[in-house]
Amino acid sequence: MPNPIEAAARATPAPIARKVRGLSDRAIAWIFVAPTIFLLLAVNIFPLIWTVRLSFTNYAANRPNREVEWVGLRNYTRILTDEGTWATMQTTAHFLFWTIALQVVLGFTLAWLINRKFKGNDLLTTLIVLPMMLSPAVVGNFWTFLYQPQIGLVNYVVELVTGIPASSFSMLGPGGLAPWSIIIVDTWMWTPFVMLICLAGLRSIPDYIYEAAEVDRASKWRQFWTITVPMVLPFLMLAVLFRGIENFKMFDMVNLLTGGGPGNETLLTSIDLKREAFEKWRTGYSSAYAIILFVTVFGLASIYVKALNKVKER
Amino acid sequence: MTAFLTGLLRLRRGPWEMLATILIALGVVMLMQPFFLWAYTWSFLVTLTGTVMFIITSHFPE
Repeated sequence: MPNPIEAAARATPAPIARKVRGLSDRAIAWIFVAPTIFLLLAVNIFPLIWTVRLSFTNYAANRPNREVEWVGLRNYTRILTDEGTWATMQTTAHFLFWTIALQVVLGFTLAWLINRKFKGNDLLTTLIVLPMMLSPAVVGNFWTFLYQPQIGLVNYVVELVTGIPASSFSMLGPGGLAPWSIIIVDTWMWTPFVMLICLAGLRSIPDYIYEAAEVDRASKWRQFWTITVPMVLPFLMLAVLFRGIENFKMFDMVNLLTGGGPGNETLLTSIDLKREAFEKWRTGYSSAYAIILFVTVFGLASIYVKALNKVKER
Repeated sequence: MTAFLTGLLRLRRGPWEMLATILIALGVVMLMQPFFLWAYTWSFLVTLTGTVMFIITSHFPE
């Protein structure tokens, strides 16, 4: 059987083979990597630098012929002293806090239950992780129907259980329920993800630690707090950071469900940014806004990578 | 605490990364808290300082 490397060398056209023969391994490696680096620079780095530049101007993308003025830090100071944007940050914080808290509690509980051996364990795990596999766009549309006041299943169930008429309240309308509605959908979708990470943590705990605790006559409660929780904690931290970063950038699902409304009740930063950039066409201002969000996410991602390395070291 | 301060003075990665992490976390909390507008105003600067510090100090020796 011919050597595949020799076969590939023989198949290379003579003019190319002559050129390549004179190159070092390092040069050839660079030739292979260069297109990817170029693409990365063109698609990621250049737009980032351009956005930083635009953030110091009053550029408006819908008026490309208008003279662009250098405004210095004015866009940044406006955003960071604007009470409306501050309120948007608080709405995002509310969304972040409750989604993460619920997902951690439910995810850990599910993982703890699934970790026990019982019949149908694998099937149940598959069913639980199903929502995570769906596209956020599908989930958004799907829950919009479920939340319909007239025909939606959610209102119907609430009426059945509590007796409150289904048409008397709207989960996505005015009345203060909308922020909780988006929290429910995100929790429904992403709890399985936290569960999977916790399950990995639980399965990484060696059995002999529990056996040693049994020998020392430690109660199940004590084993849970002194063995299970501390050993799963790094994994849980990882899940919290990951969900935190993802939910800080949350756009698609919430935009489909509420579009930031009613009023500004569910106006998350990413939806506010979209409004500034593509509805009000304040490109310079929205660039500064995007940079603020980028630095925050980048900072959180740095902590995430550090936490990930710590988990790897274990 | 003494080990932490010695690490900072000797430009060791661990304590500097810890400091940067604290600054980033503090910046995020300042950005999202509902109590003080001044904290929201200065949050970006704190997060930016922490992030830049993290990038630089991750190249420090262990």
